[in-house]
Amino acid sequence: MEIAVTVNGQTYERDVEPRKLLIHFLRDDLDLTGSHIGCDTGNCGACSVIVDGVLLKSCMLLAVQANGTRIETVEGLSEDGELTRLQQAFNEHHALQCGYCTPGMLMSTTALLRENPSPSEDEIKKALQGNICRCTGYWNIVEAVKSVAK
Amino acid sequence: MSETTLAPAPVEVQKGWGGQSVKRKEDKRLLQGEGVFVDDVKRHGMGYLHFVRSPYAHAHITRIDVSAAEAIDGVYGTLTGEEVAALTDPFFQISSAPGANIKDYALAVGKVRYVGEPVVAVVAETRELARDASELVEVDYEALPALVDARRAQDSDAPVLHEDAGGNLMWTGLYSWGDFDAALAEADRVVKIPELHFHRFNSTPLECDGALVEYNRGVGQWTIHTNNQFPGFAAIMMGPAMRTGLDKLRFVTQDIGGGFGNKITSHPQLVVCCLLARKLNRPVQWTEWRTDFHLSMSHGNERWFHDTEVAVKDDGTLLGFRTKALDDAGAWLRYEPLGGVIWAQVTPGMYRWRHIELDFTQVATNKAPVSPNRGYSRMQHLWFTERVIDIVARELDLDPVDVRKRNYIRAEDMPYETPNGCVYDSGDYAATLDLALQLIGYDSLAGRRADAEARGKRLGVGIGSTLDSGTNNFGQSQLINPELQFSGNNEVATVKLDIFGEIVVTLGTTPQGQGHETTAAQVVADILSCSPDDVHVRAGHDSYWNSHAGFSGTYASQFAVTGLSAVKGATEMLAAEIKKLAGAVFGGVPAEALELADGGVRIKDNPDAFLPFMACGAIINANNAGLPEDLDVTLNCRYVYRPPFEVPDVERKFGNLTLTYAVQIHVAVVEVDPETGSYEIVDYAAVDDCGKRINPQIVEGQVMGATAQALGAAVHETYEYDEDGNLLTPNFYDYHVPHALDMPPLATGAIESPSPFTPLGTKGMGEGGGAGIHAICAAIQDATGQIVTDSHNPYQRVWELMQQ
Repeated sequence: MEIAVTVNGQTYERDVEPRKLLIHFLRDDLDLTGSHIGCDTGNCGACSVIVDGVLLKSCMLLAVQANGTRIETVEGLSEDGELTRLQQAFNEHHALQCGYCTPGMLMSTTALLRENPSPSEDEIKKALQGNICRCTGYWNIVEAVKSVAK
Repeated sequence: MSETTLAPAPVEVQKGWGGQSVKRKEDKRLLQGEGVFVDDVKRHGMGYLHFVRSPYAHAHITRIDVSAAEAIDGVYGTLTGEEVAALTDPFFQISSAPGANIKDYALAVGKVRYVGEPVVAVVAETRELARDASELVEVDYEALPALVDARRAQDSDAPVLHEDAGGNLMWTGLYSWGDFDAALAEADRVVKIPELHFHRFNSTPLECDGALVEYNRGVGQWTIHTNNQFPGFAAIMMGPAMRTGLDKLRFVTQDIGGGFGNKITSHPQLVVCCLLARKLNRPVQWTEWRTDFHLSMSHGNERWFHDTEVAVKDDGTLLGFRTKALDDAGAWLRYEPLGGVIWAQVTPGMYRWRHIELDFTQVATNKAPVSPNRGYSRMQHLWFTERVIDIVARELDLDPVDVRKRNYIRAEDMPYETPNGCVYDSGDYAATLDLALQLIGYDSLAGRRADAEARGKRLGVGIGSTLDSGTNNFGQSQLINPELQFSGNNEVATVKLDIFGEIVVTLGTTPQGQGHETTAAQVVADILSCSPDDVHVRAGHDSYWNSHAGFSGTYASQFAVTGLSAVKGATEMLAAEIKKLAGAVFGGVPAEALELADGGVRIKDNPDAFLPFMACGAIINANNAGLPEDLDVTLNCRYVYRPPFEVPDVERKFGNLTLTYAVQIHVAVVEVDPETGSYEIVDYAAVDDCGKRINPQIVEGQVMGATAQALGAAVHETYEYDEDGNLLTPNFYDYHVPHALDMPPLATGAIESPSPFTPLGTKGMGEGGGAGIHAICAAIQDATGQIVTDSHNPYQRVWELMQQ
């Protein structure tokens, strides 16, 4: 099927198999390998992206379902190579180790902060409950997000 | 004797970069989605590999037909066990007999031995097609009875996995030090514990295993882009099996999405990729699915301790213990039976008992093969010693804190030789425990107990005190099999000054989040008097770089010793060469009159005589005419760090098995709901002593991660099988790992007792010793008043405990 999606401001037109997952489309067809795959059941959140303003796990969506949407991925967060405040906070608080879950963590918390610029600690943890990290134990991730909350 | 600095009083920041929480160099690319993980590596014309896996725990393979799969357009080819058996030899076995006799190939040959075992590999144009085509592979099985309980493995009617081994016994060894019978005679009491069980789980790195393998037909060489975390081990397993020299196996790693030991034994899958890349004449890409990982990869060792006897005095003085350890290896011995000796690195745990007897038996079962998992094999043993402490305390009606303090190895006895010859390098265990208790507010617990009771809850407090033994002496493998020719350890670094003065560091390690680029840069910056920003550390491992040795990799808590000592050695060589060059350029100035500063080298009392690194690099690399003929300078320095080890005494099973012994003491406070058995961890403290910390923030991050994994294992994570050998937790749906909401409040503390045996005073750390698993067990025991005998305590088990 022919689809057209806009990812991080750039429009791509591609012919995709109807059964292809959005995450595989992003990674394999568009070479946007920042979003990752950590499970096959929709639990881990490493593939989280924002589609038309809504936070979604891109392994739970077919590429064809994303036809006509505007997608934001981790590659689109920073501008001109400058890290956002949230990205800087992750660095300052040592909120990442292997970095594999990090793109998903950043997308989930970016979506949270857009909706709620001053989340409580509990709200931050709730926003992260769909994202698994095996390295950090989450403490520093929560601290990083807290530090940029208004 | 070593100095001990108490935190949280601020640790004095030494002059320089070492000891500072320098922000990680790795983060910028990882935060922008610009890391390169193995599944990100692509090649033109590559085929995607999918494994057909066994649906049976134990069965004969009677027929395989791949023709329907191969007939599909876009399917490039397949590989069966029969082909593997013709093209390769069985993997070398670490074990002595009977385990030595098993025949382990990269795919199942003739028989399957666990659910999820790879049987056929299919390669196709797309991931989806490879998966679909796998469904068309026909495999006929003749089911056999399955063995899932290791305790039944040696029964006369037990199903036998490996006929070549003559039964399910893989390895057994009796360890005995001191005189346990004399300890029994001296004891006031003998505490008996019939059975303790340490459960099966693993660390589930978020990135599964994978590889992209290219075959260069012209030179007969494979390039293996992979996330295997111990290429040195993979190479010695793969080369002989594939009948090829190690120069034909080029391993390349870049960013790795967590490892925790679970990515050490992917060599069978890598062999399949290699054979198919050659057979199909195209690059082959394999990325393991999460369910495949859970079914087949690197489960942690499940272990029972039977008929334990503990010789104690009435005052709680521990004299010794005797026990029988039964270890479930699963279906294959991929890294095993090394777990049968690795535990001995911490034989007495943290205690002074001198009479120890442990009869170790490892058996095969129809479950996924076990392999190293964060805290590998020591964690099981340390959980056992900690359980013994709390059970003894309960039986003697003593305070677990007092029993620990009475028996802990004392700071003034460091370095301390254990009954089996290991030399604990430094530490003050009692002071570490005091700090942990202070962080938890131990003195106010009585009030909190009453408060919990008023709310209908039962409060419990528990301690886990463990060691993270790091920098293996691989000579311990000879205690498993005296025929083996491994001993010592090593790691390599190269440091060079390039043509425009770039400082380039190459490591042999395979970091998976431990921040090697940052800490290596800190060590280099201190020696060359520059900033870590000026130091370029190549990410990952490449066996083309000449910066690896036989034990290169990232495993077993050793980078801060092996990796950083190699970096230190290479950088000191470079510093000396820079001075030698500058001395010649300045017309014969001796090295003592020169110093490195401000990105160059200068004469101490003459600031005008300054040669920037850029000039040094340019002179040696591109402008070297006229230099003295005997100037032995390349500005490209390679150093191999070799820890000071002896081969252990095989007869006595005696010797120093690791170089450093970092300390973790955790304290947990739980509140149990007696109605349901559910419990909440309401407070938690983790204190770590890993000697000199190069980067305290990175160290604390490792402590946090190890804590989270321990809590996950204690409460939620388990690989349980049904009686037919089906894994009940084959993905994150059923295998619950902790989420942000599961994490308790955490206080961390640090003590620095520098290791007297390492060049930087550092100790390996990162694995932790699984202290948290025991802290939870002990807290539940305290809250319920019932002896806890299992390392895994989900709510229903706690409820069952309270019904006793």
